[in-house]
Order: sequence, then C-alpha cells, then structure tokens
Amino acid sequence: MNILEVRELTKHYKQVHAVNGISFRVTAGICFGLLGPNGAGKTTTIEMIEGITRPTSGEILYKGDKPGSRFRQEAGIQFQETALMDYLTVQETLELFASFYEHTLPLPQLSKLCDIEPFLHQRSTHLSGGQRQRLLLALALINDPDILFLDEPTTGIDPQSRRRFWELIENIKQQGKTIILTTHYMDEAQRLCDELVIMDNGRIIDQGSPQALLAKHFHYIAVTLDKAAFTLPPEACQETVYINETSVTLHTQNVEKTIAFLIEQQIDLSSLKVSNPNLEDLFIKLTGHQLRQ
Amino acid sequence: MKAFIQLWKARNTEFYRDRGSLSWAFVFPVLIIIGCAIAFSHEDETLFTIGFYPNAEHAENFSVLTAGYSKIINYDDLEKAKLRLRNHQLHAVIETATGTVWLNPTSTQSKLIRHLLEPQAEQLHLQELSGKAIRYVDWVIPGVLGMNIMFGSLFGVGYVMVRYRKNGVLKRLQATPISAYKFLSAQIASRLFVVLSTNSMIFIGSYFALDLMMLGNALSLLVVAAIGAMSMISIGLLIASRTDSEEFAGGILNAATWPMMFLSGIWFSLDDTPELMQALANLLPLTHLVAAARDIMINGASLVDEASHLLVLLAVTLISLSLAALSFRWHK
Repeated sequence: MNILEVRELTKHYKQVHAVNGISFRVTAGICFGLLGPNGAGKTTTIEMIEGITRPTSGEILYKGDKPGSRFRQEAGIQFQETALMDYLTVQETLELFASFYEHTLPLPQLSKLCDIEPFLHQRSTHLSGGQRQRLLLALALINDPDILFLDEPTTGIDPQSRRRFWELIENIKQQGKTIILTTHYMDEAQRLCDELVIMDNGRIIDQGSPQALLAKHFHYIAVTLDKAAFTLPPEACQETVYINETSVTLHTQNVEKTIAFLIEQQIDLSSLKVSNPNLEDLFIKLTGHQLRQ
Repeated sequence: MKAFIQLWKARNTEFYRDRGSLSWAFVFPVLIIIGCAIAFSHEDETLFTIGFYPNAEHAENFSVLTAGYSKIINYDDLEKAKLRLRNHQLHAVIETATGTVWLNPTSTQSKLIRHLLEPQAEQLHLQELSGKAIRYVDWVIPGVLGMNIMFGSLFGVGYVMVRYRKNGVLKRLQATPISAYKFLSAQIASRLFVVLSTNSMIFIGSYFALDLMMLGNALSLLVVAAIGAMSMISIGLLIASRTDSEEFAGGILNAATWPMMFLSGIWFSLDDTPELMQALANLLPLTHLVAAARDIMINGASLVDEASHLLVLLAVTLISLSLAALSFRWHK
C-alpha cells in the first residue's frame, strides 16, 4: 500500500527552478531516502510534502487524499534547522508539543525510545548537538506518527552521536513506521534506506533500492593498490585500470582471479583493498560530480 | 483549549525566566515614578496658570493677570477648564463674555488672584470651585503606566514574534496541527496577562507608597488598561506579522513608540499645545489610554464617561488584529 504519492511536483522561485516535475511513490512501513548534494532540491521537496512550502504545480497524496488535518495529526516532522523556545526545559517543550495532538505517546515511553531521560529537566538551549537531535526526534515522534519526515537529521553532529541516532531510527523502523529521510551522506542512506531516489538539480536521476541501484549500474568489484606498488603496465592486465596520483584501481568481476594474477606478477599486496561500489560511486557515475559539494 | 493553555503557559514561563525582561518591566516604570516624585515635588510658586473661555482676546479687564508671569490656556470647553481648576492645574478660569471668574479657595495662587482682582470686584462675577490639589506624581502615573503598557505590549509581542520567525520556532509550530488563530490568541492572552499583572503590581505599590489619588473605580481602570493593552498588542502583532528582521522590526517599533511617548500627554498636558499637535495626538492610541486612565484616577470618571476613548482603542484593536491575521506568515 502506498502511504505517499508525489506526482509531477514542481517548485520554481523567481530565478531558481528548485524542483522540476518529480514523481515517486512510497510504500507504507519503509524508510524512503532522498539522496543528493546540497541544492539538489531535497529539502524543498520534503517541505512541499509537509505543507510548509507551497508547490508551483503538481500533486501530493497522503493515504490517497490531499494532505489535510489528518496528515497534520499523523505526521512527525524534523526540520534540518530549527529552534525551540529559549527558556523552556526539555520536558516543558515536550508537554507543549503534546498539547497540539489528539493522540500522543506517553512521555516516559517517548523519553526511553529517544534516550532523552538524562536531560529532561535541562533547558533545550543547553543541550549538546547529539542531545538536541534526539529531542527534535522525540518532538517528531510525540504524536506516534504513521509517517516520519527527517531532513538531514545527522548533519553537524559527531560520528558517535550519528551512529546512536541511526540505531534509534532502526528501532523506529522496526515499529513499522514510514520514514522519509533526506541526506547527503551515502553511508546513512545505504544503512537506513529501503528505497531511495537520487536527486540532482531538482530532478530525480534514478530510483530503487540501494542494492538494486548498485546492481543495475555496477558489474565489478574494485581492487585498489598503492601506485608505488603497482609496477605493471596497465595493458598487461585484463581488467579496466584506473590510475590517479596515489593509487591504482582495477575493476574486476572475479576478485580471486585478479589477486592470483597480481601474486603471479610478484606485486606487493600489503596496500591491497577490495571494495564494492557504494552510493557515492553511483552518484559520481550518474552525475559526473562528487556527492558532498 | 489544551493547546491554547499550554502555549499561554509556555510564553509566560519564558517571560518569567527571562530575568532581563522581567526586571526591566518593573524597574523602568518604578525609576520614572520615583524620578517624577522627586523632581516635581516643588512646583513653581510664582506662576499663574489661567484658563480663558473661549479665549483671551477680549481680556482687557484682566490685564493684571495676563502679564508675563502668567501662563494662558484657551479652552473650548468651559467644564473641562473648571475641572482643571478643581484639580489645581489652573489657578483661575475666566469666561471673558460674561466677566465671570472662577477661583479655587483651597489654592494659594487662586487666593492671590482674588486679591489682585479686588479693585475690579464689582464689575466681575467671582465664583468659587473647590477641590483637592493634584500633585504632579498623581497626574503623571497614569501616563507612566500607560507608557509601560505600550512598551511591554509592542516590544513584548513584536520582538518575540520576529525572533520566533527568524530562528524557525514558528516554522516548527506550523508543522503541527496548531492553527495560526490559536497560536496568536495564546500570544495575546499571555502578553495581556503579563502586562496587566506587572502594571497592577506597580500601581498597587505606588498607591500605598505615594498615597496616590484614586477617585474612580479600580475595576474600570483595569478595563481601560486591558483595552489599551489589547490595542498595543494588536499593533505589535501587525508590525511583526511578516518580517524576520529584528533590525527592521526594531526600527518600526521605535517609530511607533517614540511619537506616542512624547505626544500622548504622558509628561505634560496637551491643553495648551497647538491644535495640529492635539489632532496628531488624538490619532495615537496611547493618548486615549492615558486620558481615560487619568480621568478615572483623578476625576473619578466612569467607563461610560470614557466611552469615546474606549471606542477608539477598540477600533485600533479590531483593525490591527484583522490586518495582522491577514498578513501573518509562519516563516520567511
């Protein structure tokens, strides 16, 4: 069942075409990612769905209808950047937001789920980056939403807090909630998303599950060595060879055969790395430029 | 209703915990009241202030009074002039057409004027009107409290709303089921509560500390303060309805408050000011708030007596609130 459908969605500002006629469907219960660099149109898209930004044209359907009061009650939203009331504690902020909804999660359950119990009585302005993200997630979950929007949720927080946040999201996924996630971190998308659209310049350039997308676009495994260790001429190899300033990469369909060949040629393998292509490689392949621009 | 109460409570808590705003709301007016009580405790005894009805053009009989040491004020309304005499704000009221002179036997200056007019007593009709003297501090406190209500309402709502919009608090609230109407109502109710409670405390403190004159009904005064505060809050909401620039909002708020501070009769009576200035003053809501509050406090007026002032304040509220609601934006 589709919980969300977007048809030919467009947002044009005076001089910028932020989103150009994108369409996608989201099945209930999955984590759906919008992956792309800054300026790709991810936030504009998600904010049009949330009802914060008015689309220039196109249609959005939530459970088959235009998003209305039901959507407001059933959606949980975490913006990329947001501020909270300066002088309220975490608990007071949660109580305030809880009063806006007909159905809410009990505060102890929410505190445990988002791991915010230790700082419930601190002012929300006195929290660390990771604590603040967990509070914002708790606010997004306060109405026990059917659909949860997370816009760049881990941007600007330390790696440890990021991993902790991912665990929370996985926990929420297990409860069967639909998550719409925008990110420019390919490892985040790869770990959390069941399906994703890759966006660039306001358009969708491909969509599918991470595995299906990688399988569709890549038919090799990368074998990488330090450039100094690779003493062979490229034409001596059967594999495609890519050489940059520091390393040499061979794209192979048979890793064992390639490594056996390198051993036979007495190549020093101490710097050897074997890796599958990831979403960043996919993005570069599809757009011709780096993901984090 | 639950959301409204929580929003009201949240805003009050913010105000209470923001010690800077809280202390300023009390310290500022108290300092001004103390300053006025000290600075104007001794009035200038050498000056007569004389009210002429309708004007002093044919006042040859009173040349002894219209010399350089007297201040002359023309009144269109004889009763208004008599009220000023009762309150010791005038030392004599003269109706030039009939040659009637009203004097206040409890005023030293009035007694002196009677003595000066003694040689002409037979050609004049000397009348007496008595009443308790009003100290400057009694007269100025309605103005100071009115000014405090103005600042508290305009800046309290305007700045907070712009800050909420700039840092994204309003955008976050837009993503919840709360309506703009409910959110704005809670902001108005919270600011009304804060402004009325702080100014009531200052009024009660001044009443006991300075033996303040209060001839009217305290509840009527509270109603005037509430309607006046509503008009100011509505203007604050209108100014802050769209912008996310604190500098811009600050400029507009200053442009709104400074003329009111000087032209609304807070510090001096508008009776002897040019007609143009009086006409301008009547366009400002603070003029009506202060005039109504002052009438209740020092003349014992009722709400019915102040109906014209209250209607102006209600009209300002209605127009500003409607425009604010129409132009309100959650985010930039």
